[in-house]
Amino acid sequence: MGMTITEKILARHAGLEQVTPGQIIEVDVDLLMINDVSGPLAVQAFKSTGRDRVFDPSRLVIVLDHYVPNKDVAAAEQAAFLTNFAKEMEIKYFYKLGQSGIEHVLLPDEGLIMPGDLVIGADSHTVTYGALSAFATGMGSTDVASIMITGKTWLKVPKTIEIEYKGQPGRWVSGKDLILRTIAELGVEGALYCAMEFKGVSIRYLGQASRFTMANMAVEAGAKNGIFLPDGILSDYVKERTQTANRRIIYDESDRDATYERHVEINIEGMEPQVALPPLPSNVKPVSELKNIRIDQVFIGSCTNGRIEDLRIAAKILKGKKIHKDVRMIIIPATQAIFRNALSEGLLELFLDAGGVIGPPTCGPCLGGHMGVLAPREKCISTTNRNFIGRMGHKESEVYLSNPAVAAASAILGRIGSPEEVF
Amino acid sequence: MIFKGRTFKFGDNIDTDNIIPAKYLSITNEIILGSHCMEGIDPEFHRRVVQGDIIIGGSNFGCGSSREQAPLAIKGCGISCVISKSFARIFYRNAFNIGLLLLECPELVEDVNDGDTIQGDIRVGILKNFTSGKEYTANPIPPFILEIINDGGLIPHIMKKIK
Repeated sequence: MGMTITEKILARHAGLEQVTPGQIIEVDVDLLMINDVSGPLAVQAFKSTGRDRVFDPSRLVIVLDHYVPNKDVAAAEQAAFLTNFAKEMEIKYFYKLGQSGIEHVLLPDEGLIMPGDLVIGADSHTVTYGALSAFATGMGSTDVASIMITGKTWLKVPKTIEIEYKGQPGRWVSGKDLILRTIAELGVEGALYCAMEFKGVSIRYLGQASRFTMANMAVEAGAKNGIFLPDGILSDYVKERTQTANRRIIYDESDRDATYERHVEINIEGMEPQVALPPLPSNVKPVSELKNIRIDQVFIGSCTNGRIEDLRIAAKILKGKKIHKDVRMIIIPATQAIFRNALSEGLLELFLDAGGVIGPPTCGPCLGGHMGVLAPREKCISTTNRNFIGRMGHKESEVYLSNPAVAAASAILGRIGSPEEVF
Repeated sequence: MIFKGRTFKFGDNIDTDNIIPAKYLSITNEIILGSHCMEGIDPEFHRRVVQGDIIIGGSNFGCGSSREQAPLAIKGCGISCVISKSFARIFYRNAFNIGLLLLECPELVEDVNDGDTIQGDIRVGILKNFTSGKEYTANPIPPFILEIINDGGLIPHIMKKIK
């Protein structure tokens, strides 16, 4: 019987010829990741067992990214706790402020994840790595602690939903718009416990950055993982990074006779940029339907849209323009390397000229942590992934999700609007 | 494993930012987390909870982030069990791993009113609403998750297995 790409990766890591949806399997984990908010609980649980070594110090990655630069004493203590643990365990890939960045942008760019890998992270957006044709999913701290001990975990083989995109993306449409449209079609629990397999002709037009954005938000439809099939764009991205990785690469494909839970077709021909209205990522409308929604803040960044490609799109819109006088614009390159590239390409100066402020790589504003927290009744258009009640600050503040072009155009307009209106 | 308590009813898609806002993620102590439980939608919630009380959720309870502080806050607040139509997958694993009980029972969720008294037995999955007198059968908990519960959580379970 044929298998999907997800089933093939899972079968290989369980040492089985074949797996079927619903089956409970034990899998070997290629790479495990913890961060400064999920890590301390995981390390506490690990330490409670009296162990003095993790399963493999070169396969547990520790990234300090959520509350860096340390936002308060408690965050500083957590960062220090993990820094000491990384030293004690001789962790090979420990990323602190200055070398670091947002985990889900950093790990692929550093070449730590290869196609065919099985990756577990103590963060729900670990699903991002599905854009590398890897199986990746998020778990909580205690699950991760058990993997720190054994290098293994249990998984229920998910059913796969096949999502086929048709048509060519419009000028200002990117991966963010495709995934917002998809979540709108499926609902926030439409893919609960399932794998989402992204395919179709439209994917050919999307660069690797857009694919990361889409896989990143698979969890917003409840999915266990979101995955792309390998192609030339992926292998080009990977080739540049295999030097540092020095790992086996397996390009899996879904079999022609693989079984799918269902098939969803999404036609993007003529589709406008999409915006998710509060309080759910599924509450999506085309940008032209949003009239006169005044905004107080614009945020461009995060594991969803903080890549260099995203900053270039924002820069294209903002070049030679000033943002609206009532708007604050925060731009955060996702990693140190992206920050440096944005600097050398002149993007940061352009953002400053437009009236924006540039922050150091951090997850901060996306989760209402720091560096851009909202007051009651403030509205923010944000390139992030969640617009839940109170997500970016006070519970009466509101978050609208969009692609970087719409966010940048809205900064100029002072209200939510289309790139067409300013470009 | 029998539990009994008063219910607090919430709607669909209660996310982890509702359960424990991100500003508390620097906390790992479950009692302190418990004093902020559900603060994202109901800041007074923790004051009204009595040890053993029950949270009723709609569908997709616990969606959003992987933060284990969410089930820890619920447990630390004194809640004995969350009964919902469905749970987000990371939350589902996290809860059992740290010893918070969950049951899926869409029929009960449909009928129950805020403040009803419910008694349940996690092993057999029978739930009784004392206020209405009706009985329900929850979706069974997978056997290997029952093992995790019996062993007192995931870490004791793993340590027992590798010994």
